Amino acid sequence: MQMVKNRWLKIGSEVLVLASLFTLVQYLIAANLLSQYLQINLTSMCINIILAVSLSLINGFTGQLSLGHAGFMAVGAYVAVIMTNMLDQPFIIGILAGCLAAALAGFIIGVPTLRLKGDYLAIATLAFGEIIRVTLQNIDYVNGPAGIMGIPKLTTWPWLFGGTVLTVLVIVNLVNSSYGRAIVSIREDEIASELMGINTTKYKVLAFVIGAMFAGLGGVLYAHYFYIIKPETFNFLKSFDILVMVVLGGLGSTTGAIIAAIFITAITAALQSFPAIRMILYALILIIVMIYRPQGLMGNKELSTKIFGRIWSGRNELNGNK
Amino acid sequence: MNLMEINNLDKSFGGLSALLDFNFQIAENELVGLIGPNGAGKTTVFNLITGVYKPDRGSIMFRGENLAGLPPYTICAKGIARTFQNIRLFNDLTVLDNVKISAHKNVPYGLISAIFRTPGFFRGEEEIEKEALRYLELFHLKDKKDELAKNLPYGEQRRLEIVRALATRPLLLILDEPAAGMNPQETQELMGLIRHIRDEFNLTILLIEHDMSLVMGVCERLYVLDYGQIIAEGTPAEIRSNRRVIEAYLGEDVE
Amino acid sequence: MHEFTQQIVNGLSLGAIYALIALGYTMVYGIIKLINFAHGDIMMVGAFVGYFSLTLLGTNIFVAMVTAMLTCAVLGVLIEKIAYRPLRNSTRIAALITAIGVSLFLEYTVIFLLGPSQKVFPASAFPLKAYNVGGLSILNKDVFVFVSAVVLMLILQYIIKWTKTGKAMRAVSLDREAALLMGISVDKTISITFAIGSALAAAAGVMVGVYYNTVNPLMGIIPGLKAFVAAVLGGIGIIPGAMVGGFVMGILETMVSGYGNSLYRDAVAFGVLILILLIKPSGIFGEDTGEKV
Repeated sequence: MQMVKNRWLKIGSEVLVLASLFTLVQYLIAANLLSQYLQINLTSMCINIILAVSLSLINGFTGQLSLGHAGFMAVGAYVAVIMTNMLDQPFIIGILAGCLAAALAGFIIGVPTLRLKGDYLAIATLAFGEIIRVTLQNIDYVNGPAGIMGIPKLTTWPWLFGGTVLTVLVIVNLVNSSYGRAIVSIREDEIASELMGINTTKYKVLAFVIGAMFAGLGGVLYAHYFYIIKPETFNFLKSFDILVMVVLGGLGSTTGAIIAAIFITAITAALQSFPAIRMILYALILIIVMIYRPQGLMGNKELSTKIFGRIWSGRNELNGNK
Repeated sequence: MNLMEINNLDKSFGGLSALLDFNFQIAENELVGLIGPNGAGKTTVFNLITGVYKPDRGSIMFRGENLAGLPPYTICAKGIARTFQNIRLFNDLTVLDNVKISAHKNVPYGLISAIFRTPGFFRGEEEIEKEALRYLELFHLKDKKDELAKNLPYGEQRRLEIVRALATRPLLLILDEPAAGMNPQETQELMGLIRHIRDEFNLTILLIEHDMSLVMGVCERLYVLDYGQIIAEGTPAEIRSNRRVIEAYLGEDVE
Repeated sequence: MHEFTQQIVNGLSLGAIYALIALGYTMVYGIIKLINFAHGDIMMVGAFVGYFSLTLLGTNIFVAMVTAMLTCAVLGVLIEKIAYRPLRNSTRIAALITAIGVSLFLEYTVIFLLGPSQKVFPASAFPLKAYNVGGLSILNKDVFVFVSAVVLMLILQYIIKWTKTGKAMRAVSLDREAALLMGISVDKTISITFAIGSALAAAAGVMVGVYYNTVNPLMGIIPGLKAFVAAVLGGIGIIPGAMVGGFVMGILETMVSGYGNSLYRDAVAFGVLILILLIKPSGIFGEDTGEKV
């Protein structure tokens, strides 16, 4: 069947591009051709992509403004570090535990909070994010405000790459399915969506939990690269950082979130010595985007790999996806 | 056998009674209208039936089951769909996607299949797409399938809303002022459409409408609501000559 | 018992400060349904203006407060005009995100211009005196804060209830379009609301400077959040609610701080917020209104 063949060609070419990218960077790292500076920024970029794409699922696709995303990052980071640092477990256990814990936190916070609407929801998520931070500051087992130091550098390029690809893949596949349509319909008109048979509470919570889980993954990867974590690392300013990426990229576009994440990582690196200017820039981005181009860079358009299908088969994409 | 029977329905909002002792029956395949002056409580009835509001008192029996208190998505799954007084389409979604949403309550593949793109997913998506296209074709919207819903002209938006509701495969279709904003010719077409879908899809239809030509032309039976209470019930001919109704409402020409 | 009453006295001053800030939140939300995230930072600007008035211009505390109030009134009007007015017909989320932007902008511009470290209010501006009233120790700064706040709130009540402006404000918050049709200048009314709310926040900022002696660019965040909780507690959009909410939050905080764990002092505000939002989002004096389908 032509359709199936095109599908496999499309997947094939995607895998080829990703594999080449992975191998190239891996080679550069192994051959010591990437400076420490570049490596740090590459790591930050991947983590930012994970954070931005996971937040865009909640804020952009489901239309629920969550301002406490850093809280889930914190949960993932701390639980993973407890596993690897204090309980001497292998990295994979730490990752799984961190993601699960973050997902659980997403569920516990999501169920009561997602009953609220609009700005009340936003403020509640902000409050919960802060509650997580304050709670961590008061737990002696993890050294309270001083945080945990000397975390082993377990986040290597394969983990980073794998994590980023997994996050983007899962969320893109989710969005481009009936489940994704259900989620977006909630953003568009929650009441109409419910009346067309969609259990909106269930799907809001689902999106929230999945978003939280991947934020947790971001936290785990962060902790095991930058070897120190404190509650202060995951405050609302961090949540706002992620928000800026999603807003800039376009609420409702995964491609936009990725592009914006890369862009913001670059700005952060360039303005490292000027933190105040960086924040002023973020502030202006938020204000100007909201007033003049609320749909952000990409709106809700995506750059899809349709282009590969077209190159191979000489015609337009055929399967049911967007 | 009545498809739906409503008994002693009451609803107040903050001390103000919106609906008092509302009783109503509709049999299978009937085409019934609910009319009355603005603010009489007609949309409140729809909101109660579809689960947007919970009644203070009374029951809504649908195929022998009481729907009162159930969430809207469950009521939809049981076979009731509706359109809205002010169009509530999914504006930033395409026409096609708007209709595909209706299929979600019976989605033929699971979340895991969607994420891992199993063959079951692709087959399911094909099914959903075929079905949605079929509906669009029937209602002459297929050539607009990739248009964003918000970009459609008003009449087509209203039509799309009906198609979307229809695609949930309801037993009872509830239309809230379907002719609002339409000129006489469009209203005529709508009347034909309503009769057509009732017959083609074996539906029972309940509608609210102010346009008397449509109400009198298409409804088999009418209920008249005023200040939250039923003041008359009967065939269009009976209602047309009912003194109380005329006093409350039909002061103008009825054609 | 004596200790308890002492705590209440302390709580009243803090509560007065929260109440003044909360009023600004509630007035703005009442009139354009926006949570003005930047409101706490306006308080901060007021504190800094007060500081510079005292140190650079050598004025007394009252002139400093008035200067701060006037400056922030202007600032509030400018912010509304530039950042919020274009979004008046957008989604509330868009306006909220913009407000976050304004907040960050104020904070980091001050950091950029003046550095992140704190400034100390000159002690000479407000020489401390303690009074002993029936065994309770009341400082003159407590009296100053409490009395000024009450005076300002009374002035506000007068404006709202007895002036045409106040009537216009109430009209616009009830039904903007109807108010427009009645000939009320909606833009002007909204500007005035921002002006008044910001002025009150500025007064609170100066009071914070007097009470705690220091000001820093990020000082608006936590009190801003607590004042917001106070506004929600009283019923957002309801002016007496903000006053009551403010005092409740102030007393609650001093109690927790005095009797409980001061590490959790800030968390109390978040906890109260979550509780309100889950139990009765409309607050003490508010009513529930559902969405029309």
